[in-house]
Order: sequence, then C-alpha cells, then structure tokens
Amino acid sequence: MTDAKKEHSHSKKEIDTVSGVETTGHEWDGLKELNNPAPRWWLWVFYISIIWSVWYWVVYPAWPTFSGATKGAYGWTQYKKLAAEQQEIKDRQKAYLDKFEKASFDQILQDKQLYAFAVAGGSAFFKDNCATCHGTGGMGGKGFPNLNDDDWLWGGDIGTIYQTIRYGVRSKHEDTRVSQMPAFGVEKLLEKEEIEKVVDYVLSLSDPQSAAGKDLSEGQEIFELNCASCHGEDAKGSREVGAPNLTDSIWLYGGDRETVFKTVFYARSGVMPSWVGRLDDNTIRELAVYVHELGGGETGKVASTVTAPDEATESVPEESVTAPEEQENGQDEAMPDEEAPENTPAPVQEDDSNPVKPMITLPNESEETGQEDGHDGE
Amino acid sequence: MSAQAVTEHQEYNYHVIRLFTLATVFWGIVGFLVGLLIALQLAFPELNFEPYLTFGRLRPLHTSAVIFAFGGNALFATSYFIVQRTCQTRLWNDGLAMFTFWGYQLVIVMAGLGYVLGVTQGKEYAEPEWYVDIWLTIVWVAYLLVYLGTVMKRKEPHLYVANWFYLAFIITVAVLHLGNGLSIPVSWTGTKSYTVFGGVQSAMIQWWYGHNAVGFFLTAGFLGMMYYFVPKRAERPVYSYRLSILHFWSLIFIYIWAGPHHLHYTALPDWAQTLGMTFSIMLWMPSWGGMINGVMTLSGAWHKLREDPVLRFMIIALAFYGMSTFEGPLMSIKSVNSLSHYTDWTIGHVHSGALGWVGFISFGALYSMVPVLWGRERLYSMKLVNLHLWVATIGIVLYIAAMWVSGIMQGLMWRDYNEMGFLEYSFVESVMAMHPFYLIRALGGALYIVGALIMAYNFYRTIKGDVCEKEYQTDGVLKGAVA
Repeated sequence: MTDAKKEHSHSKKEIDTVSGVETTGHEWDGLKELNNPAPRWWLWVFYISIIWSVWYWVVYPAWPTFSGATKGAYGWTQYKKLAAEQQEIKDRQKAYLDKFEKASFDQILQDKQLYAFAVAGGSAFFKDNCATCHGTGGMGGKGFPNLNDDDWLWGGDIGTIYQTIRYGVRSKHEDTRVSQMPAFGVEKLLEKEEIEKVVDYVLSLSDPQSAAGKDLSEGQEIFELNCASCHGEDAKGSREVGAPNLTDSIWLYGGDRETVFKTVFYARSGVMPSWVGRLDDNTIRELAVYVHELGGGETGKVASTVTAPDEATESVPEESVTAPEEQENGQDEAMPDEEAPENTPAPVQEDDSNPVKPMITLPNESEETGQEDGHDGE
Repeated sequence: MSAQAVTEHQEYNYHVIRLFTLATVFWGIVGFLVGLLIALQLAFPELNFEPYLTFGRLRPLHTSAVIFAFGGNALFATSYFIVQRTCQTRLWNDGLAMFTFWGYQLVIVMAGLGYVLGVTQGKEYAEPEWYVDIWLTIVWVAYLLVYLGTVMKRKEPHLYVANWFYLAFIITVAVLHLGNGLSIPVSWTGTKSYTVFGGVQSAMIQWWYGHNAVGFFLTAGFLGMMYYFVPKRAERPVYSYRLSILHFWSLIFIYIWAGPHHLHYTALPDWAQTLGMTFSIMLWMPSWGGMINGVMTLSGAWHKLREDPVLRFMIIALAFYGMSTFEGPLMSIKSVNSLSHYTDWTIGHVHSGALGWVGFISFGALYSMVPVLWGRERLYSMKLVNLHLWVATIGIVLYIAAMWVSGIMQGLMWRDYNEMGFLEYSFVESVMAMHPFYLIRALGGALYIVGALIMAYNFYRTIKGDVCEKEYQTDGVLKGAVA
C-alpha cells in the first residue's frame, strides 16, 4: 500500500494552507477538494438563463401537449416568419416588376431603371440556373456556347434570345428549336477520305495556313454538295437552322482537326432545356436582357437566310416581346481552338443525346485521325 | 515518485492502459492526417481519388478516427488509469479489460473499412452499419462491467468526481448508441440496414444522438480526464466540491435536451426547436462550471504554468472549452443559427472544441501518464512538449479563425439580397470566396499534425528510457523555465 493510501485512512477536514479554505476531508490518490461555494456570478447567470428560457416558453411555441403544443403568446411560427421575410424581398422586386411586366423589350432597353432591374435579375437567375452549363460569367465550355461574344447560333437580338431560353434547343418542348446535322460518317453519306478532305477545307476557312500545300478543290466540292445547304455557300452559317459560321475561329466543340473530324463523322446535337414552366415569364425576360447584354447587345431582328452575312452588319427593326412568331433563336457558338483538344478516345457525344449513335469504335478512329493530324501539321 | 510508480506498477493493471495509450497516439495521427487530406480536397477537388478516397467517404473516416479512435482510446486509457488510482484497486477483470481493447480496435477497423468501401448508414457520427453497431454494443457493455466492477471493489469510501463523469459518459453513450442505432438489416448476410425511424423523427433521433455524442463523449468523458490530471499536475485541491456537484448534475440533466438546435428552421416542429434552443442557453453555465473548477484549481499555483508545459496544455484546453461552450449556446439561438447553420462557422466551432479542448486535454493527460505507465522518471524532453504546445496552438488559431471568417462570409453571401430583391451571389461564388480560407485551414491542420508527431517522437524516446540530458541538471531538476 502506498503512502497516499495510509494518509487517506485517517484524513479529516483540514484547512488548505494556500487558500485558507476548508477541504471536504476526502482524498483520492493524493487529490483533495476544497469546500468553496459555487461562484455567485455563476449561479446568477445560471438562474437568469433559466428565467429567460421560461419567458421564451411563454412567448414562443414550446411544450408538447396532448393536442399539439403550446402556441406561445403571439402565435409565432417559422412559416409565418418565412412568409414575412419572403414578402419583404418580393416587395423590393415588386417596385419594378409592375412596370417591367407591361414593358416591351424595346421599352426596357430605353428605360435605364428597368434595364438595370432586368440585368440585375437576369444576372442572379443566370448564376442559379444557366451557369451550370454556360459558366458563371457565361464563358461557356466544350459544347456549351460562350455567351460573351457576338457570335450567335440562332440569333442575338433580345426577342430571339428570349425564344431560345423559353423553348430550348432540341429540348422536350414542342416549340423547341431543332436542327440536326447529319452524321456523315456514321450514316455513310461520305467516305472517310472525303470527310478528311472536307475537314481540310473547313479548317482552311478560318485558318488558311492550315491548308498550306494542300489541294482544297475536292474538299470545297464536297462542302458545296453536302454542307452548303445549311452552312451556306460562303460557310458563314445560318441562324434559321442554327448552323454555325465556319469562317470565324469560334468553335463550339473545338477547332482542332480531330474534333472537327468527329463532328462531321458523328454530328453533334447538344441540348438546352426549355425554361418555360420552370421559370416564370418575367424571369425569362430578365434572362433574355441579361444574356443579350453579355453578348454585346445585338440590335434588331435578324432576317436570317441561308447565306446570312456577318451578324452585326444587319439591323432590321427589333420585335417586341409580344411577337413570339419569331422563328430565329439566339444562341451562339464558341470554343477557341486552343481550349478544345480532347485527346482521349472517349465518345464525343457525352453532352448531347445524339439520336445517331456512333457505330464505329473510337480508339481506332482517334488513332487514325491522330496520324493524319501529324501529316497535316507538316 | 519513482519508487511509488514501481510499486503501483505491480498493483495496477497498466498493461492494458499502455496499449490504449499507444492506440490513442496512432489513431490520433491517422485521424489528423485524413483530416488534412479532406481539408485539401475541399481546396483542391482534384485530390479526390475515386472511388475509395473521395471526400464523401473520407469525411466520416476523419470524424470517426478523431472522435472514436483517438478520443475513444484516450478515454479508455485515462478512465482505466483514473479509476484504478482513485479507487486504489486493480481493474476488476484483466481479461475483460483486454477484450475491451482488442474489441474496440476491431470496431474502429470495421467502421473505417466500411467507410472507404462505401458501407454507411448515412447518420452523422453513427455511420457504421448494424454489424459494427452490435459488436460495439458488446464491447461497450464489457467496458461498463470493467469500470463498474472496479468501482464496486474500491478501497476508498467515496467516489472521486472524475469517476462520476466517466460513468455518465459510459452509460449515456450506451443509451444514445442503442437508441440511434435501431435499424433493420436488409439481410443477415448483407451490410445494408434501414433505420426504424422515418422522416423528421429520424432526424430528431439522429441529433439527439449527435449532440449528446458531443455532450457525453467529448465533454463529460474529457471533463473526467480534466478533473484528475489538472489538480494532479497543479498539486492543488480541486477548487470547489460544491461546484462540481452542481455543474455535474445540471450538465447531465440539461445536455440531453439540446439536440434539436441542430434542426432549426427545418420540418422539426417549432416547439421542439424552442426547447432545443432554450436548453442550450441554460447549458452555458453548467458547461462553464467545469472550466471554472479547472482553472480555479490553479489558484495558488499559477507559477506552475510558467514551469510546466503539460499543465499549460490543460489550461489552454480549458480556455478552448470555455470558448466553445459559450459559442455553442450562442449558435443555438435561432437568429444566429440562421446565419451560421450549414456554414464553415460550424466547422470552426467543432474544431475549437475538438482540437482545443479534446485534443489538448488528451495531450496533457498523455504527457502525464506515459512516464508513469512505463515507469520512467520523466518525459524525454519538456522542451519538445513546449514546442508541441505552441505549434499546435498556432495551428488551432489559424484553423478556427479561418473558419470563422469563411463561415460568416458564406452565411452573409447566401442571404445577401440587393435592393432590387435579387440574390447578390450564387452558391458557387460563395465557394470560390472560401478558397483562401480553406488553404489557411489546411495549414493550421498541418501544424497540428506536426505537433502530434513531435509528441509521438517524445513518447518514443521516453518509452525507450531516454532523457534529453541537455535539459536536466544532474539532480533531475529542470534547468530554468521552459518558456
């Protein structure tokens, strides 16, 4: 047995020499306890917290009873609080919404205050709904158009953008914008060599150097026979069918040789959902104004034809919102070459629901194109 | 003291405590490292390696490793140490005590493997599936039996206050575990089970468990540790016996009600939220009672803080304890909670309690126990203890300050409407804004790990029987203060 043990057996209450306070007389393994009272302030704060809680139980719902729970003095519920706080926010919007609702896009563009409201709302809703695909700043990504440039697939005036957001592109809505480029390789519309040639030609349109030392005449012929009907003789695209302009160096899926080859071989069919029913009309209108501003504010209704000239050059008077008979849509394509390269052999259709499923195994495909890429580089 | 240590060595069962001590250090370092990895994953998502090493699987691995593996082993070790010494008797059943060690390690390994392999109940801090739950129940009952058996055959007429807290911890954790763990396995050969509760009842049971895991595992248990090692190290009597009785019973009674504050502004009925909040407020002083009793025990011995870095660990632990038990009631107030809930502020709060209180009081206890358990005169180096103290303290401060700023910023960004009535920020913008704070947090965590590694080295040398000669004069007295 230890000394501590012996000590304890005859331990009694004693006065601690340091503090002058009596101990309880117990001892364990050399440990003793002073018999100090609990601090006054500690007790008082404890009592006050209890009194405060009792007050709180009277004022707010607190104790369960057989028929539910006590309701509190003022009938407070979290649902009432939520409604009140939401109302406060709604009221802030309402100050503008009444006027906004009745205004045409034209009027909104003229009215500084309404325009600021639309852009603020559009920006907020864009970040919560559109940024997932188009990026927070609308910079897009592979398969998702950059909305900051002035290159539009379906048209860039507000009414057209509104239409695109409302009904989507290849969405499930019956009024969706639809067009489908044929999968020239999969459907055996063109031989592989022919696709190589037309790709050479298409690449030369935006980058003449890429074709150095090549004969493009065959490729051009193939283009005119197969592609020009949608992309135009001059390859500047058509907003009527959402056909991209192939003469700029803006690419939706990537402008490297391999990617363009895949695009022609398998075709692309990215989808944008329709937002009507998910967002109310005011929200869609705010988004249209915001996206329009992002893209530099194209004015006027674009009367697209198959040989649509460069976007900004034309200015037909714009329509009002109340003219949804518009056929064009606003959407643009973008994808700088350098961001595009995708070297993995994975199917390129990850982002769309191409009705034409690739029938050819991709690894082969990319190997071959990869080799040819090398040749082209020379 | 050394002669005494040798005789005690034969009387007490230190063998099982040595195992628990080593396990504490081992699992602590594992748990801290996983914590650092997931902190980095939040800052750099590329560090998620599918499918086993993703944030979703590693997060419960981290929380379980630090709470149940590090904290749990520390509680086993210290409770067996304290119950023997304050009851002046050997552990009741050596075989059963040894079973609790290996049984508990098996719980940890089964739980950890499950997380990494994707086996989970999806209940925070209670993720292990039914088969682990059943095994833990068996181990826990054995623990209770060993503890009670030892208490029953004590040679002291009274039960020391530390033992009240350990008993409250063991019994309440058993009740919580059984209540929250009620589930029906899909089959006896499969891992999947479904909880018997549904909807908001399930959420309420979960947070009744979750909050009291904090209350009884991380508070009551570690208060038991504090009540032994602080007065022991300070060589002073406990400040107030009366305060210990008052705060013990008020803590036990009030804590169990506070769970609903985790479910403010949810489908939980208003009345339950009110009770959760008001009981959390009333819990403030009962929690602080432990801090007051610990800190005031130093009255008349404040000079020891200058001399003894181990005591300094424990006093800083009490300071963090006081801070986080004030912050907790504050955050339970609904209007504060509507800002803090779901943000990093919660993470900061938890870590001021976990790193500051639980970690530091455990380190203090380990530094006190290791020389005794291995029959050494002293620790290898007090300077290394001091280094550990400061490195880890800086780590904690970086960690919690980063999370406070990040969390409050996050909460403010989420609720920020402009004057036109639109949200000012999207969710992802708040995530981007948090990035720098994630880096600071990871740095803080890394420092904390460095501290733990210093401790492990110090223990290794101590157990080996080494003494850092430079630090000691021939008579074994410390050369000057270890500033």
